[in-house]
Amino acid sequence: MNKSAFHKKLLAGPYLVWMIGFTVIPLLLIAWYGFTARDGSFTLENVTAIRTPEHLKALGLSLALSLTCTGVCLLLAYPLAMILKGSGLGKKGFIVFIFILPMWMNFLLRTYAWLNLLDDGGILFQICKRLGLPTVSLVGTNTAIVLGMVYNYLPFMVLPLYNVLVKIDENVINAARDLGANSFQVFYKVILPLSFPGIVSGITMVFVPSLTTFAISDLLGARKILLIGNIIEQEFSTANNWHLGSGLSLVLMVFILISMAALSHYDKNGEGTSF
Amino acid sequence: MKKLKSLFSGLYLTLTFIFLYLPILTLIVFSFNDGKGSRWKGFSLRWYEDLFESRVIMDALSNTLIIALAAALIATVIGTLTCIGINSLKGAPKAVYMALNNIPLLNSDLVTGLSLMLVFITIGWKFGYSTILAAHITFNIPYVILSVMPKLRQTGKAPYEAAIDLGATPVKAFMKIVFPELVPGILSGFLLAFTMSLDDFIITYFTRGAGINTLSTLIYSEVRKGIKPTMNALSTLMFISVLVLLVIVNLRPSGKKEKN
Amino acid sequence: MRNKKELAALTISIAALAAASMPALADEKYPNGQVKVFNWGEYIDEDLIEQFEEEYGIEVIYDTFDTNEAMYPKVEADPSMYDVVCPSDYMIEKMIQNELVQEIDWDQIPNREYIGDIYLESCEQFDPENKYCVPYTFGTVGILYNTTMVEEDTEIDSWNVLWDETYENDIIMQDSVRDAFMISLKRLGYSCNSVDEKELEEAMQELKIQSKLNKAYAIDEVRDKMINEAAAIGVIYSGEYMYCKEENEDLSYAIPKEGTNIWYDGWVITSKSENVENAHKWLNFLCEPESALANFEYIYYATPNIGAQEMIDEELLEDPGVFPDEEVIRNCEVYSYLGEEAEDQYYELWKQVK
Repeated sequence: MNKSAFHKKLLAGPYLVWMIGFTVIPLLLIAWYGFTARDGSFTLENVTAIRTPEHLKALGLSLALSLTCTGVCLLLAYPLAMILKGSGLGKKGFIVFIFILPMWMNFLLRTYAWLNLLDDGGILFQICKRLGLPTVSLVGTNTAIVLGMVYNYLPFMVLPLYNVLVKIDENVINAARDLGANSFQVFYKVILPLSFPGIVSGITMVFVPSLTTFAISDLLGARKILLIGNIIEQEFSTANNWHLGSGLSLVLMVFILISMAALSHYDKNGEGTSF
Repeated sequence: MKKLKSLFSGLYLTLTFIFLYLPILTLIVFSFNDGKGSRWKGFSLRWYEDLFESRVIMDALSNTLIIALAAALIATVIGTLTCIGINSLKGAPKAVYMALNNIPLLNSDLVTGLSLMLVFITIGWKFGYSTILAAHITFNIPYVILSVMPKLRQTGKAPYEAAIDLGATPVKAFMKIVFPELVPGILSGFLLAFTMSLDDFIITYFTRGAGINTLSTLIYSEVRKGIKPTMNALSTLMFISVLVLLVIVNLRPSGKKEKN
Repeated sequence: MRNKKELAALTISIAALAAASMPALADEKYPNGQVKVFNWGEYIDEDLIEQFEEEYGIEVIYDTFDTNEAMYPKVEADPSMYDVVCPSDYMIEKMIQNELVQEIDWDQIPNREYIGDIYLESCEQFDPENKYCVPYTFGTVGILYNTTMVEEDTEIDSWNVLWDETYENDIIMQDSVRDAFMISLKRLGYSCNSVDEKELEEAMQELKIQSKLNKAYAIDEVRDKMINEAAAIGVIYSGEYMYCKEENEDLSYAIPKEGTNIWYDGWVITSKSENVENAHKWLNFLCEPESALANFEYIYYATPNIGAQEMIDEELLEDPGVFPDEEVIRNCEVYSYLGEEAEDQYYELWKQVK
């Protein structure tokens, strides 16, 4: 038994090597940029730059929007996953595909499509006008950004949730019913706790990319709304200040690590799904 | 009561699908537009003609599919094996693993792309298909692990141990007992990985060699001059072929059952 | 088990798609080697590439980028990866300063004679003595407006219109630091290459006031938004104007009287190019009037090639939005590369605007 456990541990070995090469070393490079100035001397300025009002504002807004997005995704995805679970197991693969398929169309094309749908003078605008309905332009608002995030990241929440929900043994649920639990109790006492690993995976896969996104806020926020992702992206891509960009990235990373640690605190199994 | 429930379920599903497929629908509609922008100028197949004449797009399509497929397959294998390994770890080593695993997810693509480029230059790895592949595998593995891990944790140890007690070799016990349970997780991990590869622009851009384009790098470089509807046409064709395939695969077995 | 089937079917289908899209293996030999070209996306008539390959027996490895800033780190990291690159003016200046480009041997480019003197002279602002760069396209930054959406009696001829409160929530501003500051600086009567702290501060304060009127900031989306009539006024590059006009006839382009930025995209040969001779052949080929004309008709950006201009429609030639005349060109300024410190300063201020 011990021997086999040892062999199993070995399986994690190749990825460790891989991670050192392609994750840890690049990370060290970023840290090096983050803690040096342009002339190569050590500085904390790039990291403490997060305290300026522009950066704090962007970080706060990013947090608010990505939390909203994660919450909305969870609320939308849970009933969805439950319905899918109830809709028959035979179509498993099909269902998975239905959620993944839109993502095979290029991200930029899809986001542009939303822009064309929502913008002033866009498709929905014209339809509303024809029908004599009031026209509103969402583009340039926080709502539009959250909508874009939910659209893009919803599958990341649905899939892990669906995966764990399907695995829950019907007998367990029936047993709970037989013992007199009502639907709410069954859900709260049985289904929810058993689906926790899926929830944690889903939250990780939705929260992290929505916190760091810049493309969605660029297009659907009409570039009027700066998220922390936009600021970092600009430092690298147009401002050409890799040092400040790296410094801010490091701060953001620490932020995410802390939230993930907090999340794993609520993970009752305590085995650390993401941590 | 049950009827009401299924009605609600149906409605909920329909709304979700509308939400997911509305932009795709506009994409498809505008691939038949005679004009370039998002104003309807009449029906035309010109973008489809352009598409089949373009060597650049066809090259990019095959690059994209080959890279995404290879990267997703390799990442799925490494990711699944790693999950099994991690699952047998405890305490600090496990936490370190999971933390490291999350890092490619945490970084903005731009940072990952640039830093990988610098690493490849430093170790003298010549840019080409192999560098793109390595980069894609790197950002794919975390998605595989995040998909497989919950499944693995859900699979109790008891049946596996029982099989061992009954004399099965660990490998056999694993393949017979644990692996089938993991399949849905592995499948969705593979699909996520494939999807991420298909869509990635920035990391590919910084890790590719001269003359190697994927659809994403092509589309992004067209932004300044206006993305041509040829890309919509291509997306439409890809979408329809996958959909048709899906329907065929799903219809056939159920048809057989009915005959029986 | 179903899943396995699905997976197999998926794998096969993808493989089939990939195989179907594989190009027929090219057997043609390229006796004269290759040339590696790095250009903006959609910035050449693709037929020209094949024509060049046939005529010269040189294989073209063609690659594209989407911004100057994305191009730069790639060339800096490995200057031998490409032979010829097509950056914009200020980026060419930066590459000259950092020795990433080499001098052009003009003797190998007899077609230089077709490039207008006024343009070469204007290029000297970033490439003194015209040593490094063959101008490819040029244009201005100006105001695109919808003639049906602006008030009839006002003539659009000044940057002031962007500060006009009648157009509140009807303006689309360029989301680019240099362009935004150029507009503000020019309006105040300063140079668009100013590094004077006071002038920049003043320009920033004005931009902050202006930002309240903007419906959106945009880069490439200006085009689509203006075509869709999402706004009455937008700041845009002249090359986009023809594209917009084709999709929506009500759009018109104005160059403000305070002056504006004139920009050039030009070809340079990288410092460690491995195919210098072929690179020159490529440049000479692009300078042929027929090539320049084909490109103009494909990408609509104005060409500095006089030979090609002679073959272009009179109507287009006289449209100042497409081909600004000499007087306008002299009233315009090219961006110069300001150095890292000044760049940081611009960005610090820019972040305060929004």
